[in-house]
This record gives sequence, C-alpha cells and structure tokens, in this order.
Amino acid sequence: MLRREWLVALAFLAPALTLLFTFTHYPAIQTVIDSFWSTPRGRRPAAFVGTDNYARLLQDPIFVRAMVNNAIYAAITIPASILLALVMAMFVEGRIRGRALVRMAYFTPTVLPLIAVANIWLFFFLPGFGLLEQLRSLLGLSPRNWIGSPETALYGVSAVTVWSQAGFFMIFYLAALTTIPPSLREAAAIEGCSRWTFFRRVTWPLIMPTTLFVSVNATINAFRTVDHIFVMTEGGPNNASMLLLYYIYAQGFRFWDTAYAATLTVVMVAILALVGIGQFFLLDRRVHYR
Amino acid sequence: MSTIVTIARPFDPDRALIHLGAWTLALMWILPLAYAVWTAFHPSAYETRFDLLAPLTLENFTRAWTAAPFGRYYVNTILLVTMILTVQLVLCSLAAFAFARFDFPGRNILFALVLVQLMVMPDILIVRNYATMGRLGLIDSILAIGLPYFASGFAIFLLRQTFKTVPRELDEAARVEGCSWLGLLWRVYVPLARPTMLAFGLVSVSHHWNNFLWPLIITSSVHTRPLTVGLSIFATTDSGTDWSVINAATLITSGPLLIGFLIFQRQFVQSFMRAGIK
Repeated sequence: MLRREWLVALAFLAPALTLLFTFTHYPAIQTVIDSFWSTPRGRRPAAFVGTDNYARLLQDPIFVRAMVNNAIYAAITIPASILLALVMAMFVEGRIRGRALVRMAYFTPTVLPLIAVANIWLFFFLPGFGLLEQLRSLLGLSPRNWIGSPETALYGVSAVTVWSQAGFFMIFYLAALTTIPPSLREAAAIEGCSRWTFFRRVTWPLIMPTTLFVSVNATINAFRTVDHIFVMTEGGPNNASMLLLYYIYAQGFRFWDTAYAATLTVVMVAILALVGIGQFFLLDRRVHYR
Repeated sequence: MSTIVTIARPFDPDRALIHLGAWTLALMWILPLAYAVWTAFHPSAYETRFDLLAPLTLENFTRAWTAAPFGRYYVNTILLVTMILTVQLVLCSLAAFAFARFDFPGRNILFALVLVQLMVMPDILIVRNYATMGRLGLIDSILAIGLPYFASGFAIFLLRQTFKTVPRELDEAARVEGCSWLGLLWRVYVPLARPTMLAFGLVSVSHHWNNFLWPLIITSSVHTRPLTVGLSIFATTDSGTDWSVINAATLITSGPLLIGFLIFQRQFVQSFMRAGIK
C-alpha cells in the first residue's frame, strides 16, 4: 500500500522535476564542467584545459571591472531600494490625503518592462534635451551626458534600478506594517514617546523579517537585473557600466566564447549560492518567519 | 483619542512635512513616465516644449505601429505568457500535491532541490540552456522561450504551502467516496487554492511579459520575438532618434499591463503581497 503511494507521488512529480533538472540543475553542473574545457571552434573540438579559464579570469581587466561595478551597483541599489521602500510604505500607511494616488505613483514602475523603463529614462537623461537636463538648465547648470560619460553611467543605471524596484518592495513593508497592533501605538502615545523612538524601538524590530526578505530579493536583483543596460549603455562607455550578467551575455553571445562565459557563470552561481546559504542561516537563526 | 487631538489642532508641522515628503516622492516617481506619456501624445515639435495647449495626436502610435511588426510581437507575447502560465499551473499543481499530500523517501531532498531554483534561476544559465535548445532543435521558437520556466520552483513552493492547509477530513471524505488521486487534486485541492493561483498568475504573467534577456538570446525572427525584444530592436535601429515615436512604442509594449494594473490595482497589490509572504 505504501509503495503504491510512492509510485503515485513519483508520477505526479515526474513532469515538473524532469524539466527542473533539465533546465536548472543539469545546466548548473554542466556549466562547472564546461569551465574546465576550451571553447570548440570550427573543426577543433573542446580540449581539457584545467584551470586556464580561471587564470584568464583573474587577469581579465574587464572581468575585474565588472565585479567592482557590480559591487558598487549592489552597494547603491540594495540599501537605496530598501530605504525608499520603507519610507514609501510609511507614507502610504499613514492617513495622508490622496493615499491611493500616491501609492499608485510608487508602484506603477514595477509593472513596466525594464526594457521600456530604460527607454523612458534614456529620454529623461538625454543631454540638453531630456527633462532632467531641462530642470538643470533652469538652475543654470551646464548640460551633462549622464549615461554617456564613464564617471556617471553606473550611477545613472543604478538610479533606474532603484526607481523600478522600490515600489515593489514597498508592498511587503506595507503588509508588515499593517500587522503591527494599534495598541502598541496607543501605549507609546500615552508614554509620550516620539515618532522616531517608536520607529526605532517598535516598528523596526517588528518588521525585521520583511527587511531580510526584501534584502535577499534586492541582492539577487543586483546580479540579475541587467535588461536596461542593453538599451542604455551596453556596458559602456569604456566598460563603466559593465555588470557580471551582461559580461556573461557579451562573452557567450557576442564573442561566442562559451567556455569563458561558462567560467563567468560559475562565479555568478557561486555568488547566488552564498546569498542563498546566508539567507537560510539568517532566517533560521535570527528571526522567526512564521 | 489621538485622532480628536489631531483634528482639533489647527496646524501640525509633522503632518504637513509627511504630506510634503509623500507627494514630492510620488511626483518624482511618476515624472519620467508622465514625461514619456506627454511626448508620445504630442507632435515631435513639442518634445521639449511644454505647452498645455499643444495639439494632441495619435500619429506617433500609428507611426510606431507601422514601422515595426508590433501586432505580431503582441501575438507572440500573448501566446508566450498564456502557454507559460497554463503549463506552470498544471505541472506545479501536480508536483506541489505530491509534496504536500504524500510521504515518500527522499521527499525533503527533492523539495530542497526545487528550492534551489529560487536562487539559481534559468535567467543566469543562459549559455548552457542555449546549447540544450540547440540540441533539441528548438532555437527560435516560442516554446524554447517558455521551456526553462515551466517547472517553477516558486509555484511549487507556493502551492505546496497552500495545499498543506487543506483540512485532512475533506481529503479523506473524498477518498472514501472513491475519488481518484487526480480527482482529489482537481475537486478538492485546486478549488481551495484558487486565490493562490490567481496571485501566482498575476506575478507570472507580468514577469514573463517583461522578461527580456532569455527571449533576446533564443529568438531571431519576427515570428517568435516577444514585445520586449521587438521594442529593444525598434528603439536601437529602426527609428533614428525620433523620441516621440520611441516613447509611443514603449507605451505600446507596456500598455496592456499598465492598464490592467490601473484597473485591478487592489488585486495586483494583494497578489504580489500574497506571493511574496510565505
């Protein structure tokens, strides 16, 4: 009887698990194997090269640049998105006028394709032409090519990411804020505690699980969201906005160096695995996540 | 008590500041989009000139629509998101049911392997998956765009959580009545999981409507390209620098989702909330 149930379970699982293994687990493992082989070219088949690809990685200035850029990109987008999301949620949660409209304004960028968002912002940033530039010229500032100059391109791209995802994270904070019992606020009001103290002592600790959840998502996004780079900068100028996933794409599908692209992918998988393990321990140990 | 105090007070600087902050931020957030909408509905001469009396026009939309096969892109995207969602719901319901209802050796390990996909998604494994599609002879097909996403770890996880809340008495009653396993899933579990499925559906549709990198790689013809890829090609090659037309095309690609969101705002927000909170 028990065995029969096992077979039924297997039958239910088989289709989904087959696809899951074919397009997630198998490619992840095969990518690691590929990284120890050379790229087959023409009639020359792939040859085992040991750790050559990894040696090349460490000496590749563009890879180093992409890693540094990605670190900066993460260091900007993660805290900025979380902070803005929290501020937005607190604004919208309070009794303010035009609440529905304000919430809509915050959330709308989330439903737009990032590739469309990139077009909108490219136009917004357009030197001497876009809205940002017009506002600057009103203030008497000289025109500036935000996306086209190496000093600012990465920051421009980061701003777009924050704009497109903060409203999404706001939703989770909104959900968390509504679970805080009103009696706590009343008690605090009677004790005469300030808004800031209330936030620091009550709100912030209570929404900690949400902050962790949002942080993990923001971290994954910092490595996964590169769509807008295709339209806005293509990694340039001079690799100033090159990010790891975009570099994987460039190596794999522009230069068709699949072995090197596989090596880069291994780095990416390792980073995400670390995030996953970190999340597992943090969520398990530090906070109770019902 | 506190509300009475607030109303009685003539001016509360704190509240005024909160209003100022909330509205400034809202304005900043909507400005880039509003600007794009403004230029898309006005002749290109008004691209950078603000004039409330500027004539409205739909010409930018017709020019964009005729300059690139957006009609075909629409069909492709709609086919794509429908196919992905349908297959996801079927396959992931089956798998989630097995995880929630049966006790079998290796269940926890298999479930952990499913959860791996939440971190290492197919979005990253593009190089190897492209090779797999090549071997399957599926390159440049709509099926290939969707295939890696059919078995969604996220959907299996969400549905399993929901299925676990189904009362066991209901389950056993149906079994006693002679209901088959599939019948049990279909008649008892699926109806009770409808809100979860709706939530997942909205998330899935908006995600795949907006997805770009994998479709860009795997498609190479008008017959398979979804809107996002079509838009990127249009914006970079076809149109020169006529921003009014590009902005119109941008709105064409995001329009249905945007309008859907504005109409079903509450459902959208609740679905995203439900899907995000375990």
